[in-house]
Amino acid sequence: MKELEYPFDSEYILKKSKKLKRELMEGADRLLPKKIAVLGGSTTHDIIRILELFLLHQGICPSFYESEYAQYWQDAMFENPALERFAPDLIYIHTSNRNITAYPAVSDGEAAVDALLDEQYEHFRVMWEKLEQTYHCPVIQNNFEYPFYRILGNQEAVFRQGRIGFINRLNEKFYQYARTHGNFYIHDINYISAAYGLDRWADPFYWHMYKYAMCMQAIPEFAYNLSNIIKAVFGKNKKALVLDLDNTLWGGVVGDDGPENLEIGQETSMGQVYAEFQSYLKAQKDIGVMLNVNSKNDYENAVAGLNHPEGVLRPEDFILIKANWEPKSRNTEEIAAEMNILPDSLVFVDDNPAEREIVSAQVPGVTAPDIGTPEQYIRVLDHGGYFEVVGLSEDDKKRSEMYRANIERKRQQQRFGDYREYLLSLEMTAQIAPFAPVYMARIAQLTNKSNQFNLTTRRYTQSEIEGFAADDGYITRYGKLTDKFGDNGVVSVVIGRKDADGRTLHLELWLMSCRVLKRDMEYAMLDSIVQACRGCGIGTIMGYYYPTAKNGMVREFYADMGFTRLEEGEDGSTVWRFDIPQDYENRNTVIRVAP
Amino acid sequence: MSRDEVYERLNEVFRDVFDDESITVNDATTSDDIEDWDSLEHINLIAAVEQEFGIKFNMGQVVTMKNVGEMADIILAQTGA
Repeated sequence: MKELEYPFDSEYILKKSKKLKRELMEGADRLLPKKIAVLGGSTTHDIIRILELFLLHQGICPSFYESEYAQYWQDAMFENPALERFAPDLIYIHTSNRNITAYPAVSDGEAAVDALLDEQYEHFRVMWEKLEQTYHCPVIQNNFEYPFYRILGNQEAVFRQGRIGFINRLNEKFYQYARTHGNFYIHDINYISAAYGLDRWADPFYWHMYKYAMCMQAIPEFAYNLSNIIKAVFGKNKKALVLDLDNTLWGGVVGDDGPENLEIGQETSMGQVYAEFQSYLKAQKDIGVMLNVNSKNDYENAVAGLNHPEGVLRPEDFILIKANWEPKSRNTEEIAAEMNILPDSLVFVDDNPAEREIVSAQVPGVTAPDIGTPEQYIRVLDHGGYFEVVGLSEDDKKRSEMYRANIERKRQQQRFGDYREYLLSLEMTAQIAPFAPVYMARIAQLTNKSNQFNLTTRRYTQSEIEGFAADDGYITRYGKLTDKFGDNGVVSVVIGRKDADGRTLHLELWLMSCRVLKRDMEYAMLDSIVQACRGCGIGTIMGYYYPTAKNGMVREFYADMGFTRLEEGEDGSTVWRFDIPQDYENRNTVIRVAP
Repeated sequence: MSRDEVYERLNEVFRDVFDDESITVNDATTSDDIEDWDSLEHINLIAAVEQEFGIKFNMGQVVTMKNVGEMADIILAQTGA
């Protein structure tokens, strides 16, 4: 919904929230349902009201548990049947510097300040551990924003007795906890309040009148920022940027002006603005965001522009360069198709409002933000939070290489007559094994973002994944695939639950990343599961297919795998059975499987 | 700005905030007259009125305001009409 896209009109959203919600709820049955517990140290009513809108906009249909006013700690620490019944998928702790119960006195010595710091920190730490033990779900915790006044003036952060110094140290302890605990995320309200303007943010009117930790007008930006973490935790981040060139990555039109006359680099102010933007994009690439070009240009001119000596981005930084005279909507669709990702994973960046309009109208799901003028591009994209980082996996850092290798594979494929010959030429090696600690984060990530090749679309948190791995009642397998073009990382996940009869395995989850479609990896996975079943006397495997808007490609998957269809529900869901034959032969013959 | 104009714009704000096109307010209207107008929605309403008229209520005014008529009085005084 355009009204909820960053940059948005906060006052409009506050005023029209009821109408916006009514409209958003019309399609809500197609969204991912999630239960979110909001444990507040101050009033949370309007925060939930606005957060709900942004989550609906981001593809999540939330239901909320809201603690009574300022009861966050009690709700977490003591017996809480209501919250246990609610069974949250995520817990958000909304505290602020108003919840710091004691600050150092000016007369306090260093030891006294340290003791006070530990006391304030422990109050939170015990709560986080209790939540982790009780609810096993992701937790989002606010850090602390700065107070709106400074007793010690400019030395407030220098002296240990100063409140800013105290808050900085307390925040650092929070960060250290986040670094060492999975499924725990900091919501950086210290940054958000600074970006918003601390004096306006901390308007005491709203605290004393309504016990809000921030002013009403700041709530949309606050809630949007929070919704970005939540959507990232649940696998709804965007994946790739689709970038225009002329007047987006550089000033001027390369086809008309010639590459040597473009504004890029340190010579002019405008050139510097574009160079800084290119540096920003390059840094995005380094965290796993995939860059593509979509430009109305001759291909040679586009590449000449990207090879400008003063530019920061190079042609090889991009996965796909679509420089032609086709409509940009068509190029955008092709980029999604060639990368094997859905259009709603794309962010289209173009200075021209007409192009943005065409792309967002013609390619449903694509986000095309109003990026403003060149000096605003970075802020708009950055605060948009499309690629919110919740963890940096090796896969994230290598993603661009992997996708490039994929496209290279496709090109090679066209040169082989026989498909099997092609697969053999890829020199594939797979590692297929029970869930291992180093891959838990990646496995959880895959269960939350795989939509197309996903038989049951069950979403799991990392702690649930760890639970299956440790449970004898389950057979788990991850599959990692490497070939001569590179390492694809963990690309397939299967979870099977052993029936009480000890003779049957129920496949609760089978998913695969679309980047390894048609590589016979699914056969290698089946081989490994069959082997595991035989090892514990299981002779029958039951498969389940639950249709969604996106997983049509695997409707007949179990038929292809040699299963027999037992039943079909009215909603199109199917149940399949596979009796492992005595003379089962491995289906995969093209991938070398390392134990 | 006349009192009628203030009411015209106030009606719009109330209709937006409570998402109810049938609302019409007058001097005597209080939170008892509008079903969804509770203490929590009140905050949102005050913010929306402030935005509409480009004014800011102080805490004393918000605390003592008894009906929409008093709200209109403050708006007229602050917009200098």
